Amino acid sequence: MIRRVLPHGMGRGRLTRRPGTRRGGFSLDWDGKVSEIKKKIKSILPGRSCDLLQDTSHLPPEHSDVVIVGGGVLGLSVAYWLKKLESRRGAIRVLVVERDHTYSQASTGLSVGGICQQFSLPENIQLSLFSASFLRNINEYLAVVDAPPLDLQFNPSGYLLLASEKDAAAMESNVKVQRQEGAKVSLMSPDQLRNKFPWINTEGVALASYGMEDEGWFDPWCLLQGLRRKVQSLGVLFCQGEVTRFLSSSQRMLTTDDKAVVLKRIHEVHVKMDRSLEYQPVECAIVINAAGAWSSQIAALAGIGEGPPGTLQGTKLPVEPRKRDVYVWHCPQGPGLETPLVADTSGAYFRREGLGSNYLGGRSPTEQEEPDPANLEVDHDFFQDKVWPHLALRVPAFETLKVQSAWAGYYDYNTFDQNGVVGPHPLVVNMYFATGFSGHGLQQAPGVGRAVAEMVLKGRFQTINLSPFLFTRFYLGEKIQENNII
Amino acid sequence: MAAPWASLRLVAPMWNGRIRGIHRLGGAVAPEGNQKKKRTILQFLTNYFYDVEALRDYLLQREMYKVHEKNRSYTWLEKQHGPYGAGAFFILKQGGAVKFRDKEWIRPDKYGHFSQEFWNFCEVPVEAVDASDCDINYEGLDNLLRLKELQSLSLQRCSHVDDWCLSRLYPLADSLQELSLAGCPRVSERGLACLHHLQNLRRLDISDLPAVSNPGLTQILVEEMLPNCKVVGVDWAEGLKSGPEEQPQDTASPVPA
Repeated sequence: MIRRVLPHGMGRGRLTRRPGTRRGGFSLDWDGKVSEIKKKIKSILPGRSCDLLQDTSHLPPEHSDVVIVGGGVLGLSVAYWLKKLESRRGAIRVLVVERDHTYSQASTGLSVGGICQQFSLPENIQLSLFSASFLRNINEYLAVVDAPPLDLQFNPSGYLLLASEKDAAAMESNVKVQRQEGAKVSLMSPDQLRNKFPWINTEGVALASYGMEDEGWFDPWCLLQGLRRKVQSLGVLFCQGEVTRFLSSSQRMLTTDDKAVVLKRIHEVHVKMDRSLEYQPVECAIVINAAGAWSSQIAALAGIGEGPPGTLQGTKLPVEPRKRDVYVWHCPQGPGLETPLVADTSGAYFRREGLGSNYLGGRSPTEQEEPDPANLEVDHDFFQDKVWPHLALRVPAFETLKVQSAWAGYYDYNTFDQNGVVGPHPLVVNMYFATGFSGHGLQQAPGVGRAVAEMVLKGRFQTINLSPFLFTRFYLGEKIQENNII
Repeated sequence: MAAPWASLRLVAPMWNGRIRGIHRLGGAVAPEGNQKKKRTILQFLTNYFYDVEALRDYLLQREMYKVHEKNRSYTWLEKQHGPYGAGAFFILKQGGAVKFRDKEWIRPDKYGHFSQEFWNFCEVPVEAVDASDCDINYEGLDNLLRLKELQSLSLQRCSHVDDWCLSRLYPLADSLQELSLAGCPRVSERGLACLHHLQNLRRLDISDLPAVSNPGLTQILVEEMLPNCKVVGVDWAEGLKSGPEEQPQDTASPVPA
């Protein structure tokens, strides 16, 4: 009877579900459990990525003191100077948000790379002079331990600006201002010009100004990579993403004339990741708009320009993208090694590129000829009709040239007065601008970066006074016209 | 706790390697094979410890500061003894040699001492300067450019003379007849392009410039730029490829040779 009971019990036992018998194998899967526990311990130890939670390494941090929108040369310059001028090491947390890590449309990489001090405004001249000394000592400013020194490939050949009869007086007064600020510029008559540069045709030229020192052209990409490397070693965080939203808090205040004004303060930036709907809200204290040709979109996100036109609330940021073409051609009998960057009376400019008789140049179109900035396609007919005739007139050797290639880039063009916008906005109190330089942003980037960093950290401009470049001039209508825009 | 102790033991013997390594950072010399292994340990330390990185950064900045100190502008000396005396003193302090007009060359000896007699004839213009192997940089050229009647300048093997410095030489255009840039590691063809201001130059030495990308072509272009000058240094034929009859067999031809 017992023998009959036991198999009965066993049979019944086999039918009931006991813990550990789901898979039908051995109840305690000891080896599998041990390896799982080992994996969990390894993931908790430092140095390994924590697989317990989702991977967020591509997202920006949740808090950052300063968010710089735009990772071009201006944005990186501001980041560098913020880190250089901070009172204590690691005091400020800086995040640079750049939409395109390949910099395919960024003005910096597509720039011709010239630097010159021949401006009419003293502030522009001072900025260029400082930038020249920054570039000269770049391996002291941007030195990173164990990294090779930067070779900017600077050509100190200078700029040669030509003026016709009607512009000669303006050029003379400009050169006077430039010499006062310390730039080394010499004025040349047509005879002296022919002596020095026999390949020039001086028809229509009344006066020429030639920069002797600290002027020339360099490789902007190298500057960008050098800044990026240094800024990363100083602890600035980078994020690839697009700024889609600003959350701000408003405060109603009274001015001294008892007028009500609403002051806004941005406290959160939404950064959207590439090719996905995922976004990260970044709490910030200060936002710097260094978005170049797209700065007006960022300003519109912050609510700048929403208001009745003619008021401070309704003043938009007048920066828009303008397309400029650069053409590269080969001319075996062209000007020799000593050729400076020549800017003709008609606005056409050219310079040598390398040792092999290659030249590059272009011309700024007039307002009516402005191309559509929707894409970066080159207009070759523009070269044939509007650039080549002027070049061939000025340099007869250029009558036989062969275009090798061309590219186009954007100017962050300030439609108001073609000079940069620097400093805070009067109503959105923690948004600082560093944009709108209309083609000379690269050569002024170190100086502007330092000025914005001083404004952020100290509250005023200390070394170069850029108060004429503040945003309020758009509302007050005070144009600071720069005459020497190429 | 093994890691921190190991790093301490590694620091002391690496000290020599680190100082030598920093001297190398300024020049264009590549690290040799036996230095390479030491450098990776140093790099490892620098990447893992903020203190090591900060220390190396400080040492690097100190090296650069030393060069700046050597190249101060002697404005007080210039007020006291005139531009020629100040310029001569600067060159002699750096380790170069100076020749006043109608006088002998004044050179410092191997301890760096030089005769102080030249203070007596500071009104005599300086004719020739031999600044080979000196640490002259852009700021130091301030002192050289005061020597308005300089006829011969030799900047051989100066490791801090670069393209920016060459662009500063134009004030000497009236008098400079001989210039030597042999062996300067930072001078490239872009700096040579601004020598066209020196129209009185009769002899230019541009041999052994490692930063020049195409020495033969550069020589031709510089000769075109300075027609009255004898440009010495590069044999322009060395950059040319062999002619068609010396080319190797065309492997695409159907008939074997």
